[in-house]
Amino acid sequence: MKAPAASGVPERLTALVQALRSHGIRIGTGETVDAARALEALGLADREYLREGLASALLHGTGQRAVFDPVFDLYFPRGVGVPEPGSGPAPDRDELRDRIAAALAAGDEALLGQLAAEAVNGFGGYGSSPGSDGWSSYQTLDRLRPQTLLARVRASVLAQATDSGFADRLLDDEIRRRIEEFRRQVRTEARRRVAERRGADEIARRGVAPTADRVDFLFAGRAQLAELRRTVQPLARKLATRLAARRRRASRGTIDLRRTLRGSLSTGGVPMRPVLRRRRPVRPELVLLCDVSGSVAGFSDFTMLLVQALHDQFSKVRVFAFVNRIDEVTGLVVRGAADPEGLGARIMAQAALTGWHDSSDYGVSLGEFAERYADAVGPRASVFVLGDARTNRSDPNLPALRRVAERARRVYWLNPEPHTQWGTGDSAALAYAEVVEMHECRNARQLGELVARLLPV
Amino acid sequence: MTTGHFTSVEDVSARLAETGYLASPAVATTVFLADRLGKPLLVEGPAGVGKTELAKAVAEVAGASLIRLQCYEGVDESRALYEWNHAKQLLRISAGRDETWDEARTDIFGEEFLLPRPLLTAIRGDEPKVLLIDETDKADVEVEGLLLEVLSDFQVTVPELGTITATRRPFVVLTSNASRELSEALRRRCLFLHIGFPDEELECRIVRLKVPGLDAALAESVVRVVGALREMDLRKVPSVAETIDWARTLLALGADTLDETVVRDSLGVLLKHQEDILKASAKLDLDAV
Repeated sequence: MKAPAASGVPERLTALVQALRSHGIRIGTGETVDAARALEALGLADREYLREGLASALLHGTGQRAVFDPVFDLYFPRGVGVPEPGSGPAPDRDELRDRIAAALAAGDEALLGQLAAEAVNGFGGYGSSPGSDGWSSYQTLDRLRPQTLLARVRASVLAQATDSGFADRLLDDEIRRRIEEFRRQVRTEARRRVAERRGADEIARRGVAPTADRVDFLFAGRAQLAELRRTVQPLARKLATRLAARRRRASRGTIDLRRTLRGSLSTGGVPMRPVLRRRRPVRPELVLLCDVSGSVAGFSDFTMLLVQALHDQFSKVRVFAFVNRIDEVTGLVVRGAADPEGLGARIMAQAALTGWHDSSDYGVSLGEFAERYADAVGPRASVFVLGDARTNRSDPNLPALRRVAERARRVYWLNPEPHTQWGTGDSAALAYAEVVEMHECRNARQLGELVARLLPV
Repeated sequence: MTTGHFTSVEDVSARLAETGYLASPAVATTVFLADRLGKPLLVEGPAGVGKTELAKAVAEVAGASLIRLQCYEGVDESRALYEWNHAKQLLRISAGRDETWDEARTDIFGEEFLLPRPLLTAIRGDEPKVLLIDETDKADVEVEGLLLEVLSDFQVTVPELGTITATRRPFVVLTSNASRELSEALRRRCLFLHIGFPDEELECRIVRLKVPGLDAALAESVVRVVGALREMDLRKVPSVAETIDWARTLLALGADTLDETVVRDSLGVLLKHQEDILKASAKLDLDAV
């Protein structure tokens, strides 16, 4: 594994492509050649031009940019080694904070980039020797605490402003954004230096966060869930148009003779364009059973959001939530459209989902569903069960699921656990998979693909 | 094969600016590359950030004619590529009653009866052309297949006439709002550009350029407020087009600074949903609307 500085430009480009591929961005050889031609046309003089040029040749979608930028920074770094050799010993902390504050007040991004490099240089190194063992953005930020500069920056901006107006009430948010940008630059710089030491390939694989649609539901943090939520709206729109197209195609059938002949008048009675008979579309029904216990909350929360967004595609959507008892939450899901954030919490608060303990029990819940809500499932209904099928060693109650499957048009089970873990420990996944079709569904991308494939037309 | 309109990235920025299109470095770079590599440019981004305007500006700079294919659900080969003029063919057949079938056949499938649609028009002829395929995502999947042939080889096959190949490549811009996922094959043939919202400084310049009468300080405040609105979680965040509209409104209202009343009264220019307006007013500490 070579450090990027040691290799030539073509090697660097192919290493960059490799790193992007390892993050699931599909790049063909043709695109790599295009990128090389772009590199040739642009030259290495301006790094930002190069970044945009390579991105345009290699990427195919907007979401991939979040992965591309940090990887690009690793393979085509701003500088190599320590930025200002003359800077000597570690700069004074207070003096550096003063300069950062001034740059934040001016909103000067280029200067902030330089300061970020200086900050990592002065405060980010750890280990014994001056060349040190590593560079830490966490340590740098912990010592500098840029977030505490807010009041100072605000004061200096207000002092410089000639007239304070309405827009000043936005100032705090703006300064917070600039500080966040500075922190990002510090992280980039620290990552770049670590990459120099250990080789960019390793850092590019491990140190760069995946795109939102590939984040594992079960391990997503708060911020990532928020990001996932933002992907729901476009995803729902895409699915809706795809469903509409499928419905249209499905409705193409026999030739409507009367309308074909009427249409042929403009071509002298020769029927140039056959007109097809329109079929009356039937809107399918959808029933959702969601495990909302703590272990899979991120998954069910997200899926319900998607259903909410797809709501108008179906004549009837009913949503049931369960932990060890089941309750209908359709009303909550539909009304909650304006406030997706609190959906999960509201369901937990307002529906009766737990009996005398808090752990999930699929057997009891399925049994209760088959008994109490049998009318929800008819021959036009597609049922989706969402959950990890971990029943805490209680009876899985397969007959109940079988009864539901007999009544419904189709039943699918989406499981957020990787396929390899099904049936391990207290998971009844394999047993359930024998009764109904079970699919692995670990991230937004898989969910989108599955929903598009499985949803009834 | 290049289309050969530009010499450098800076050249792109400077010449686009002359027509009133202020390009970000990303836009200028990709336009330059599309020109240099002779590849189509796929532009995505929210509505109202100037995707279509970009194609118009390039056409103006290059002194090229702009050919536009507006996609919609149900646009097909005869709308996009070419069509035979059936009515005229029928007239021709009935005019020459006593000629043989062979004569008539070779005649009615000639240039005279061909109606070229945008894609064919863009390929034929030697003068510089910009082809704008607008809202590609609205078209059906079949049309994408059609575009693949045209965009990779810049040629069109008309069975009766043979293959028509471009002698001079048009500069191609495809736009999309991502309401449908375009196929991987189409994306592969294009350079990809995402136009997002411009940064504060660029947007200020755009506003000053489009609304010349506006005071500089006010323009800055306008851009800042719009920037703050974009950070909120709204159903439809304001776009550059809305920023310009708002700036024009303020100019018309004769406002010389932003204050609570002015913002409250004109928020409807920026936001198009009542719930967004309520949310934004709460966040901006406006009194209830």
